[in-house]
Amino acid sequence: MKKIVIEPVTRVEGHGKVTIQLDDNNKVTQSRLHIVEFRGFERFILGRPYWEVPVLVQRLCGICPVSHHLAAAKAMDVIVGADKLTPTAEKMRRLMHYGQMLQSHALHFFHLCSPDLLFGFDADPAIRNVIGVIEKHPDLAVQGVMLRKYGQELIKATAGKKIHGTGAIPGGINKNLSIEERDNFLKDIEQILEWSRGALKIAKDYTIDNLDKIASFGSFDSNHLGIVRKDGAMDFYDGGVRAIDKDGNKIFDHLDNQKYHHYIAEEVKSWSYMKFPFIREIGHENGWYRVGPLARVNVCDYIDTPEAEAARKEFMAVTDNKPNNITMAYHWARMIEMLHSVEVIKSLLNDDDLQGNDLVVSGERRNEGVGIIEAPRGTLFHHYQVNDNDQITMANLIVSTTSNNEPMNQAVKKVAEERISGKPEITEPLMNEVEVAIRAYDPCLSCATHALGKMPLKFELLDNDGHIIQTESRN
Amino acid sequence: MSNILLIGYGNPGRLDDGLGPALAELFNNGNYPNLTVESNYQLTVEDAIEISKHDTVIFADADVSCSKPFYFKKIEPAEEIKFSSHSITPENLIGLTLKLFNRKPEAYILGIRGYDFNSYSEALSEQAEANLFKAANFLKYCIKKNTV
Repeated sequence: MKKIVIEPVTRVEGHGKVTIQLDDNNKVTQSRLHIVEFRGFERFILGRPYWEVPVLVQRLCGICPVSHHLAAAKAMDVIVGADKLTPTAEKMRRLMHYGQMLQSHALHFFHLCSPDLLFGFDADPAIRNVIGVIEKHPDLAVQGVMLRKYGQELIKATAGKKIHGTGAIPGGINKNLSIEERDNFLKDIEQILEWSRGALKIAKDYTIDNLDKIASFGSFDSNHLGIVRKDGAMDFYDGGVRAIDKDGNKIFDHLDNQKYHHYIAEEVKSWSYMKFPFIREIGHENGWYRVGPLARVNVCDYIDTPEAEAARKEFMAVTDNKPNNITMAYHWARMIEMLHSVEVIKSLLNDDDLQGNDLVVSGERRNEGVGIIEAPRGTLFHHYQVNDNDQITMANLIVSTTSNNEPMNQAVKKVAEERISGKPEITEPLMNEVEVAIRAYDPCLSCATHALGKMPLKFELLDNDGHIIQTESRN
Repeated sequence: MSNILLIGYGNPGRLDDGLGPALAELFNNGNYPNLTVESNYQLTVEDAIEISKHDTVIFADADVSCSKPFYFKKIEPAEEIKFSSHSITPENLIGLTLKLFNRKPEAYILGIRGYDFNSYSEALSEQAEANLFKAANFLKYCIKKNTV
C-alpha cells in the first residue's frame, strides 16, 4: 500500500491536505481532502450580546467578512422582529453584498485560477503562475486588481470601514450612501461592466473550446443547493432554499429558512475537522450537495439582469438545459455571477432609495434566528439562540466550503482515479491536476474551520509500511 | 518630502495580531500631510494600486518572534510572486506592484513584537502595547526627520 500526501493545496484559501492511497499495483484505493484545523468560533461568541454578533463574526475570515456580517445581521433581524427592512436598509446591504461578490470572484478568476485556464493544467509551472499571467496578459492582471478594488470600495462605503464594518445592524443599516459616494462609483461602472464582460468571455470560450478535455475532469453527478427569490430568480442576498437533483428535479423548495436544520444535517467523520452536510430526506450517503456559482446557476429559473441572463442561457444550453455537473464549469458560472453582480450594482447605484434616511425597523423580540445568504463560495447559514438577557446561548454556522466538503472529496477521487492511478511517479503536473479540481470550488478552508494557520506544501509517496519512497515539494 | 503610505494590518479580534491596525490608528489623525494611512485584516493584491502612487510604503504588522520592542527593515520586491486572497507578503506585494505598474517605491517592514495571538478578544497585551508606543515614537521621528 502506498500513500500520496498533498499538503497544503496551493492557490486556495486556507489550508488542507490531500492523501491518495495506492495498492501494490499503484491503483488508487482511497483519496481524501483533509482539513486539519480546529473549530472554535461558535463557542467564542456564547454569552456575547446579540447586537455585537454582526461585527464579531467578521473575525471569522479576513477575506469574506461581509458574508458573515450580513448572514449574522439577517439572523439578528429575526431576533429583533424586523421581518421587513426599509428599502434603504435592504438596498444598502445588497450593494455591500454584491460588491463583495464582485471582489471575491475577480480575485479568484484573474489571479488564482487564470494560470490554469490561460496556460493549461500541464503547462510549465515556471509560467503557470500569476507572473506568467502578468507577463503574457498584463491588461488582464491589472483589470483583476481594479475590479477587486472597486468591490472593496463599495464595501467600505456601505459597511463604514474595512475592519469590523458596522454597516448592517439588527433591523437595518446604520448609514445611507451619499450622492458624492454614489457618483464616484457611477463614473467607473461602465468600465467595470466592460471588464466583467471580457472575463466572462474568457471563461466561456475556455470551457467551450476545451469541453472534450474538461467535461469529465473531476466531474460527477450531484445534487445542487442555493437560495432563490420567490419567483425563482437568482438572488445572492435573500430568498428560500432550493435543492435539486442531478436531473433538475426539485428535492425541496422554499422551505422555512428558520427550520433549515429540519432538512439539512451535518455528519462528522473521524478523519476531518470539517463536517459533511447532507439533505436529511436522502441521507448522508447520497444526500450531499454542491453549493456556489455552479449550483446557483443550476438551481435558479432565471437571472433578472439581461446580460447575465443571456449568459446563463448559453451556459445551460451546453447541457441541454439540464443541471451542469461539470466541475470546471464553476469558472464560467462564477464569471456569469460577476457580470450579474456588476449589473445589479449599477441598478442599485441608480436607485434613490440608497439616499433614504429610514434605516432601522424592529418588531416583536424573539429568542432564535437564522440568517441565510449566498456568499461568494456558496450558501452560508448562521443560526443563533438568545436568552432574555440578550446573550447568545447557541450558535451554529454552516459555511459554504463545508457544504462543498464531500463534492471536493469526490473531485479529488475522480482525478486521482483517472489521472494518477497506475502512475508510480507523481509529477508536478499530476499534483497540479488534483489541485485544479479543488480550486474550481474556490474553497476557503480556514473559514470553514474557523482557524488560521500555514503549512508547507509536501507530496509524499509511502510504501506499505508507511515509509516515504518519494517526496515532492513546491516550497 | 516623499509621500508615504503606511499600511497597518492584522486582525484586532486576535489580541496582539491587532498591533498593525493599532499603529495605523495612531497615525490616522491628519498631522502628517505627506502620510496616507490604510489598515486592513491582511494585505491584498489591490493594495498594489495605492502602493504604486507613493514614494515610500511602510508595512506595520505584529511579529510573533522578533526581538522586542520592534524592528524596522528595508525590503526588496520578491522575484517569484505567490499569494492567495487571504495573504500576500510585503515582499510579494511590492513585487506585484513592480510587475503590474512598473513602480518600485522604497519599502519597509515595521514589525512590532506581540505575544498573545491565540484567542478571540479585542485587546493588546500590556507588553505589546508598550512595544506599540515605542514603534510609533520611532516612526514619528522618521517621518518628521524625513529619514524614510
